[in-house]
Amino acid sequence: MKSLILRTAAPPIVSLMVLFSIFVLLRGHNEPGGGFIGGLIAVAALSIYGIAFGVETVRRAIVFHPLAIAGAGLLLSTLSGFLSAIFHVPFMTGLWITPVVLGVEIPLSTVMSFDIGVYLVVVGAVTSIALSLEEREDS
Amino acid sequence: MEPVFALLTGLFLTVSVYLMLSKSIIRMLLGVAILGNAVNLLLFTNGRILREVPPVIAAGLDVPAGPTANPLPQALILTAIVISFSFFAFLLVLAWRAYGTLGADNTDRMRVAEPEDGGPPPSGY
Amino acid sequence: MAVSASSPVLSEALVLAPVTALDWLVIAPVAWCIGIGAVLMMVRHRGMLQPLIAIAALTVLVCLDAMLLWHVSQGGPVTMVMGRWLPPFGIAFTVDLTGALFALAAAVVALAGAVAAMADIDASGRRYGFYPFLMLLMAGASGAFLTGDIFNLYVWFEVLLISSFGLLVLGSRSAQIDGAVKYGFLNLVATTLFLVATGYLYGIFGTLNMADIARKAPGLRDTAPLMTLTALYLLAFSMKAAAFPVNFWLPASYHTPRIVVSALFAGLLTKVGIYALIRVSILLFPVEREILGPVLALVAILTMLTGGLGALAQTDSRRLLGYLVISGIGSMLAGIAIGGPDAIAGTLFYALHSMLVMTALYLAIGLAARLGAGFSLAVPSGLYRDHAALAFLTLALFFSVSGLPPFSGFWPKVMLVKAALDAGAVWLAGALLLTGFLTMIATGRLFLLSYWRPRDERTAGAGQAGLPVSGLPVRRLPITIVAPLVVLTALSLLIGLFPETLLALARQAALALTTPTAYLDSVFAPGSLQ
Repeated sequence: MKSLILRTAAPPIVSLMVLFSIFVLLRGHNEPGGGFIGGLIAVAALSIYGIAFGVETVRRAIVFHPLAIAGAGLLLSTLSGFLSAIFHVPFMTGLWITPVVLGVEIPLSTVMSFDIGVYLVVVGAVTSIALSLEEREDS
Repeated sequence: MEPVFALLTGLFLTVSVYLMLSKSIIRMLLGVAILGNAVNLLLFTNGRILREVPPVIAAGLDVPAGPTANPLPQALILTAIVISFSFFAFLLVLAWRAYGTLGADNTDRMRVAEPEDGGPPPSGY
Repeated sequence: MAVSASSPVLSEALVLAPVTALDWLVIAPVAWCIGIGAVLMMVRHRGMLQPLIAIAALTVLVCLDAMLLWHVSQGGPVTMVMGRWLPPFGIAFTVDLTGALFALAAAVVALAGAVAAMADIDASGRRYGFYPFLMLLMAGASGAFLTGDIFNLYVWFEVLLISSFGLLVLGSRSAQIDGAVKYGFLNLVATTLFLVATGYLYGIFGTLNMADIARKAPGLRDTAPLMTLTALYLLAFSMKAAAFPVNFWLPASYHTPRIVVSALFAGLLTKVGIYALIRVSILLFPVEREILGPVLALVAILTMLTGGLGALAQTDSRRLLGYLVISGIGSMLAGIAIGGPDAIAGTLFYALHSMLVMTALYLAIGLAARLGAGFSLAVPSGLYRDHAALAFLTLALFFSVSGLPPFSGFWPKVMLVKAALDAGAVWLAGALLLTGFLTMIATGRLFLLSYWRPRDERTAGAGQAGLPVSGLPVRRLPITIVAPLVVLTALSLLIGLFPETLLALARQAALALTTPTAYLDSVFAPGSLQ
C-alpha cells in the first residue's frame, strides 16, 4: 500500500507492538497474557509491516521462513515437556530454577519455555497464513 | 443468569445454522465463525455461572481460602477459541483459493471433484 | 510457583512417586511425533533429508507402539498424568489394549505411507510439507488412541483434522480444492458437535476424565440426560467415521489428493472415528448404547449397503475404494450395534484389518495408474498381461477386503456374523454377508474391467486421468511403492493364516472394554474415594 502516513508510522508502531507482545508473553504466568495472545499481537505487528512495506520486506525482516519458526517453537515446547523425564516426574511437570544475577532473582521454568514455544508457533503459523493472504492481494 | 445465556446460545446456533445452509461459501464462513462463538458460550454456561473470586491461591497457602470460580471452562474455551480460530483461518484461505481456481462462490457450481456427467460404468466385459 | 512436596494437602493432588521409564511409553509416541514433526518443519527445503528422517522416525514409532502394546498386554492398562496432577485434575493418558492395538496399526500404516511417498510425492510436495503434516497427523492419531481424557480426545481430533487439511490440498489442483471445501466444512461441523457434546458432558459430570465419567455414570443415570448426550456423541463420531446419513464428505474428497494421501486417509481417519465411537459407547455409556442398539443397527445396515451399492456404481477406481471404506465402516458399526465382548472383538479386528488393507488397496491402484492403467474403469489396461505379479497382489487384496479366506478380512467377518446370529440379529448378519457379496462383485468388476481386459492399443496412454506428472506412463515399478504394498499384503495374509494372536488380543481388549475395572483401577487407585 503506497500511503506515506502508514509508511512513516509503521516502524515505530510495529516495534512497539513487538515489544508489547514480548511483555504480554512474559507476564502471562500469573496475570492475563501468555504465549498465544502475545504471538497474535506479534503477528498483527508483522501484518501491519507487510501492509506498509510489502510481503517481501517482512520475509527478509524475520530472517527465517515462518513455518521454520513455528517448527522451532513446537520443538521447544515438546522439549520443555521432556525435561521432566530427567527428574522422574510425569510429562509436562513444571520445573523451576531461580538463578540470582547481579542480586536479582530471575525465576526460570519449563512452563516459561513452553509458553515461549507457543508464542513462536503462533507467530510462525499465523504469519505464514497472513503473508500468503497479503501476497495475493498484492499481485 | 443461565436461562439468558441458554437463549443467547440458541440464538447464535440458529443464526449459524441458517448461514451454513446457504450456498454461498462466504456466508458459510460467517456461519462457522458464529458457530464457534455459540459453542464457547455453551461451554461457559455449562461450567456454571458464579459470582465468585478468581481462582488464585494466596501466597503461603496450599489451597484457596474460600470458594472460587471454576477455572476449567475458561481453559476449555481458550482451547476451543484457538482451534476454531485456526480452522477459520484455514477455511478462509481455502475459500479464497476456491474462488480463485474454481471461479465460484456457489457450492452448486462446485462439481469438479464429482462431475455430474460421469456416465454409467461399463456394463459388460 | 515451585511447591514443597512435603505439604500434606499436596499429596492428595499430586503424583509424588517417581515415574519409571516404562511409564514414559504412554506419552512417548505422541511427543515423539510432535518433536519430529517440528524438526521436519524446520528442514522443509531439504528434499532428500525429509523422507529419511520421517521414515527413521516412523520406524522408531512402530517400535515404541509395539513396546507399548507388549507392556499393556503384560500388565494391563497404564496411566500417566500431565504435570503431576492426580486424575481427575490432570489430563490423563490411559492406554489399554484397544488403544495400543490401534496405535500400532496406525504407525504401520503411516510407515508404509511414508515409504510410498518417496515415489509419489515430488519435490514441490515435500517443500510444501508432506512429511511434517504426516508426522503431525500421526501425533493426532496416536494422541486420540492413547488419551484418557475426553476433551483431550477432541484436541487430538483437531490436530488430526488440521494436518489432514494440509495433506488434502497438497498440490492444489482444482478438484482438490473442491473436495477440501466439502471435507473441511462437514468435518468442522462434526468436531463442533463433538465439542458441544463435551460441553454438556462437563456440565453434567463436572469431569472430563473418561475413567471418572465411566464410574460416575451409573449414579447419574436416573437424573441426568445421558441419552441425549450419547446420541449427540454417536452423531458426531458417526460423521467422523462416515456412517450412512452423514457420510457424503468421504466420496467427495477421498479421491482428489495424491494417492499416498488417500491411502493414509483410508487407513487412519475414519478409524479414529470408529475408535472414538467404541470408547464412548462401550466404555462410557454402555446402557445408553444398549437402548440405541436398534438405531445403530439400522445405521450400520444402511452404511454397509450405501458402501456396497455405491462401489458398484463407480467408474473411477479411487471413488470405488472410497465406497469400500464406507461399507467397512458399516461392518464395524454392526459390531458396536450388537455390543457384547464377541461383537466388539469383531469390530476391533475388522478395524485393524481395514486399516492395513485399505491403505494397501489405494497404493495398489495408485501403482496401477502409474503403470498406465489410469483410474477409469472404462479404459482397459491389460495390466494382467504386463505385470502379472502386481495384478495377483491386487487380487489378493480384493479377496481380503471382500472377506474371503485365507486373508485377514475373513476372520472379523466370521466373528461379526456369528455375534449377530448369537444376538438374534438375523437382519444384521444377512446385511454383513450381502455386503461381502456386493464388495466381491464390485472388486471383481474392477479387476475384470481394468486389469484383465487386454489393452486397446488405440486408446492406450492417451489423455487418461491420473497419469504421473510427466504425462507419460511409467513402465518401471518403483520399489518404494512396491515394498510397502508387498509388506501390507503379506501382513494381511499372515493375519489370515495365523489369526490366533490377534484374535486373542482383540478378545482380551473387548473384554477389558466391556468390564472396565482394570481401566478404572489404572487411573484411580482401587478403593479411592468417589
